[in-house]
Amino acid sequence: MSPARAVWLVARRELRTRLRARSFLIGTAVSIAVLVAFVLMQGTLFGAERATRVGLVGQATAVAGSLTEEALARGLEVRVSTVRDPAAGESAITDGDLDALVTGTPAALHVVVDESLDENLRRALNTLVQREVLRAQLASVEELDPDQVLATVADATVDVRSLRAPDPSHEQRLALALVIVALLYLSLLLYGTLVAQGVVEEKSSRVVEILLATVRPWELLAGKVIGLGLVGLAQLVVVGGAGVALAVFAGVLTIPSVAVGTLLWGLLWYLLGYLFYASVFAAAGSLVSRQEETQSVLLPVTSVLVLAFVLSFGLLTRAPNASATAVLSVLPPFAPILTPGRMALSAATGWQVVIAIVLTLASVVVLAWLSGRIYAGAVLRTGARLRLREVLRRH
Amino acid sequence: MPWEGAGFVLEVDGITKRYGDVLACDRVSFTVAPGEVFGFVGANGAGKTTALRIALGVLSADAGAVRWAGAPVDHAARRRFGYLPEERGLYPRMRVLEHLVYLAELHGFDVTRADGDAERWLSRLGLREHRDTEVQRLSLGNQQRVQLAAALVHDPGLLLLDEPFSGLDPVAVDLLSAVLRERAGAGVPVVFSSHQLDLVERLCDRVGIIQSGRLVACGTVAELRSGMGSTLLVEAPAAASGWADGLPGVTVLGVHNGQTRLRLAAGVDDQPVLAAALATGPVRGFTHQRPSLAELYREVVGDGA
Repeated sequence: MSPARAVWLVARRELRTRLRARSFLIGTAVSIAVLVAFVLMQGTLFGAERATRVGLVGQATAVAGSLTEEALARGLEVRVSTVRDPAAGESAITDGDLDALVTGTPAALHVVVDESLDENLRRALNTLVQREVLRAQLASVEELDPDQVLATVADATVDVRSLRAPDPSHEQRLALALVIVALLYLSLLLYGTLVAQGVVEEKSSRVVEILLATVRPWELLAGKVIGLGLVGLAQLVVVGGAGVALAVFAGVLTIPSVAVGTLLWGLLWYLLGYLFYASVFAAAGSLVSRQEETQSVLLPVTSVLVLAFVLSFGLLTRAPNASATAVLSVLPPFAPILTPGRMALSAATGWQVVIAIVLTLASVVVLAWLSGRIYAGAVLRTGARLRLREVLRRH
Repeated sequence: MPWEGAGFVLEVDGITKRYGDVLACDRVSFTVAPGEVFGFVGANGAGKTTALRIALGVLSADAGAVRWAGAPVDHAARRRFGYLPEERGLYPRMRVLEHLVYLAELHGFDVTRADGDAERWLSRLGLREHRDTEVQRLSLGNQQRVQLAAALVHDPGLLLLDEPFSGLDPVAVDLLSAVLRERAGAGVPVVFSSHQLDLVERLCDRVGIIQSGRLVACGTVAELRSGMGSTLLVEAPAAASGWADGLPGVTVLGVHNGQTRLRLAAGVDDQPVLAAALATGPVRGFTHQRPSLAELYREVVGDGA
């Protein structure tokens, strides 16, 4: 029997066992549900930047139009309404039906709020008041048309030159980056752990003795890693595909090509990252003989994964283009999570991606070789937890 | 495949394995011919399992060699071995039939043959109704039967079974005995270890006794006996106690109900004993008892084992 067939038989068993397991179906369904919830939340957050409701009383109703304009210029959407009298307005604020009540004359506006006044609304109102005062002052000067002066002043604005074209889809790209980072982190953690648990299960049930009488250690390990990796890939395709389709359908995502690109790159990085981490997980798992010991021996590996996730989340949100981020993004432990996130933000340059892929592939080769050695040396030695040095020395 | 079929000799040649200060195997050598059933007996921790695992090739020896069909055991040869580990070695959550098919395929069977042979062994070992049950849901006895099927399903050319009878009920013991004899009859060398010495005596052509890693005796039960003298049971109701004392080559083992049990050293003539017995009065019985393997074992290993 060829090694390829042995590897395939082992991988096929993993595929069958996992794909049929209820935990896989439930896990996939829950992942999709979480993603749907995220997408819907994202949708309501965008739509829910609801307008600030301002009630106007008496003469203050005259500023309705200019208040809306000034507030909008400061990024605040205001919906104005006319209120009968101040008392009715105040009770509307207490009831939460209004956010602010404006009374007085245009040159001397009074605002009533529940607790504090929105800063943008305050500035908008200040501008209105100041303009009215200025108009009154200008009107006292002969030979001067106050409206003309104000129009001239309003026309005088700074000239802005952007170094980069503004990206109207930045918010969406960031959401995509964070989603792919979270998906990759969870997939690598879950399937890496499953590899280790599978190794320990075979060791603790002693089935490995029977298996190794017919397949070589590396064939068994490769089959297990490939089988579980394919299961994880299938899950990522289903969850990611469903997420993209749903977001586009719900109208949350207006850049489907970027989303599909991010997902495809995410799948490639899943494979690279999985091979990297699964090698380490398998070697760590082979050192123990009981499931209860698995968590402790895996702790260093999972810590690195958690670190990669937390770092990626922070860096992508705050400084995706920083050079420190770029350096971290090519290092093999972080690259599989950070680089696809940066790619979604189009923050990674082509050569950074190439370096990240080359470095990760190179480390996969080294780790796979090392892991195979550790596994072969440790997998038949049941009993107490083994030390790494001890295992390597034996060979 | 070069190893197809049965009819090859297993040679274990001077294997030695050390764990720290403990010599688990100390220059253990034995040979098992095609069609021969070889029984491995010894106390717990004597080195039976280590020797079997080295013979199988899942454990490497510090010194010595294992040959099958005249060549060192390699991966291709190992694939033709059937192995039953001392402890359970199955996936707990896998279904019985699926598990056996998987193992048969790993041994190089195509799926049709794997499936057919797995079904055949399941019905042969009385597991047909459990074919779709998860291994962990079976009773321990039935799990052991599945383990046996796992060792047999790929039609191995050599059987290495570590404590195959442990946990089996008497019906299953008879079933397994029949299967082992049948496999031997087909030209397969069969090696198994056991604590049940009567079973080993009944089933095995040859026996190896291992103590503290060393093979202290090896041969057919008759050969082992030949160096051991025999036990003589003399019924002489009128004899006074001490009648046999002083006879050359004779040890009194005990007196019970007028019967005296004597150990006769190897090569000692029994007629002087008969004469001495007749001198005390009537002799109603004078019987040679062949020592059982259990007695031989105690003799070889001593009381310390």
